[in-house]
Amino acid sequence: MTEPALLTLTQLRAGLDRKDFSSVELTSSCLKLIEKHADLNAFIEICEEQALAQAKHADSLLAKGETSPLLGIPLAIKDAIVTAGIRTTCASKMLQNFIPPYDATVIQKLKQEGAVIVAKNNLDEFAMGSSSENSAFGPVKNPWDKKRVPGGSSSGSAAAVAAGLVPGALGTDTGGSVRQPASFCGIVGIKPTYGRVSRYGVVAYASSLDQVGVFGRRTADCATLLQTIAGHDFKDSTSIQQPLPDFSANLETDIKGLKIGVPKEYFEEGLDPQVCDAVKAAIDKLVSLGAQACEVSLPHSQYAVAVYYIIASAEASSNLSRYDGVRYGYRASNPSDLQDLYCRSRSEAFGIEVQRRILMGTFVLSSGYFEAYYLRAQKVRTLIAEDFKRVFENDCDLIACPTAPTTAYLLGEKVQNPLQMYLGDVYTLPASLAGLPGLSLPCGFDSQRLPIGLQLIGRPWDEATLFKVAQAYENATAWKTHAPNLG
Amino acid sequence: MFKAEDTLKIASLARLAPSQDELLVLTKDSNAILEYVRQLETLDLTGVQPMSHVHGVTNVLREDEPEPSLTVDEALSNAIDTHDNFFKVPIIIE
Repeated sequence: MTEPALLTLTQLRAGLDRKDFSSVELTSSCLKLIEKHADLNAFIEICEEQALAQAKHADSLLAKGETSPLLGIPLAIKDAIVTAGIRTTCASKMLQNFIPPYDATVIQKLKQEGAVIVAKNNLDEFAMGSSSENSAFGPVKNPWDKKRVPGGSSSGSAAAVAAGLVPGALGTDTGGSVRQPASFCGIVGIKPTYGRVSRYGVVAYASSLDQVGVFGRRTADCATLLQTIAGHDFKDSTSIQQPLPDFSANLETDIKGLKIGVPKEYFEEGLDPQVCDAVKAAIDKLVSLGAQACEVSLPHSQYAVAVYYIIASAEASSNLSRYDGVRYGYRASNPSDLQDLYCRSRSEAFGIEVQRRILMGTFVLSSGYFEAYYLRAQKVRTLIAEDFKRVFENDCDLIACPTAPTTAYLLGEKVQNPLQMYLGDVYTLPASLAGLPGLSLPCGFDSQRLPIGLQLIGRPWDEATLFKVAQAYENATAWKTHAPNLG
Repeated sequence: MFKAEDTLKIASLARLAPSQDELLVLTKDSNAILEYVRQLETLDLTGVQPMSHVHGVTNVLREDEPEPSLTVDEALSNAIDTHDNFFKVPIIIE
């Protein structure tokens, strides 16, 4: 059997239904590849036993002639999403032995559809970071160049899909953590509209921004994955009751007449010229396919980095107060008093970036500084969101821009300068703050053969248009045929 | 400008006890980040409402009816230490 894990999800579906291979064979093939490419460090936990049991069950259903889009399909899950009975660490020493007693809603949904969960992906600790270098389990390597970062924080999910170890994976995106690694690893990744997917069982970082997203090597694969996990959940009061369109049904429709807004502020200083050229060429390609492009202005997007690091840090400082060494997680030994138990448990188990954000968040929420920092940031967030609202009402149906200002940088290059690292999120943060869906898809390579990502941002709840445009571009270009050489 | 003692004070509010080395790094980084976010001061925000939720929804309530939840054993399954049905902590008050 050829490596079935390298096929797309659609091809795998057909192969399983035709009985070309079984889910057990497919899952075993993924497990072998995961072991073979362990040097990528894309995984924290491999669930071989459970995965093979799930695959066997899927095979018994397939033998009865049953089928559904993900039945028997192996997937990997970012280790910030809890899985019953499978260790969930969030790449932190704090949760290194945590075995959740329940499944996140998205995991329940995948299991109901018969998907096979093969492994948990490495990430930046508590999803705070853009390179995986904040993981307590060591950094993930970019499959295109193992000296480089895969992006983050859903680093292992993106690297595993790009390397062909699994056909799809779940990630989470708070400020770009699905889109930026998808861009750096040359695959498709989508963060849906805030509220589209339940956050129940997703380890909380910044609750007004966190959203589960998906990775695939093809647009259609992402459409299938998002379809399965989306929908209102009474266990998450921020998930919203909205009609769920059939994302796959309208993938292959014409994009003629669609208006694409090109925000001028996203093509200014700081954008790598090769990324700029590739993204502009991709927009030209969409125009040649019948879309119309027009320049738009999102003047407040330039403040997104400042706003994000105030709001996300504030929410993180609150969310992470639950880790106190009392009930679960890491506990420091021999505490002298209660304060010492709290403080040492937290500082011994949290990495430096997590402590940095907790500190910053505590500061901006503290008496005397709340209005100057947190309240001000919340107001500028309104302005950022209003910019998008205005252009979607007057000018365009979606926005096209770069996903990240550069291609993947070297491991270690930005570790010493957190602000520099934060600035790499400049193009993904605005859509996060506005709660809008954003998709990244491959649109070329730089001179070092590193992938470049095109970001499409849509109206609230309009993931379908992003999928449609991404599919049209994918059909018209050959980037999808490139794969990293893993040696 | 943040000084090391300011960082220490915030750290104490956040129940963190960074090492001396960490304290220096955190102080330096905090200053750089606070300097960067000062750009927000240039905006006139008169009349702008703060956004805490993108869809502007309010609290969602349901009927107060009991539903299945974790058993005590499940809830305690990750406890660092237990005594009967309780989380157990070290003696911290003499």
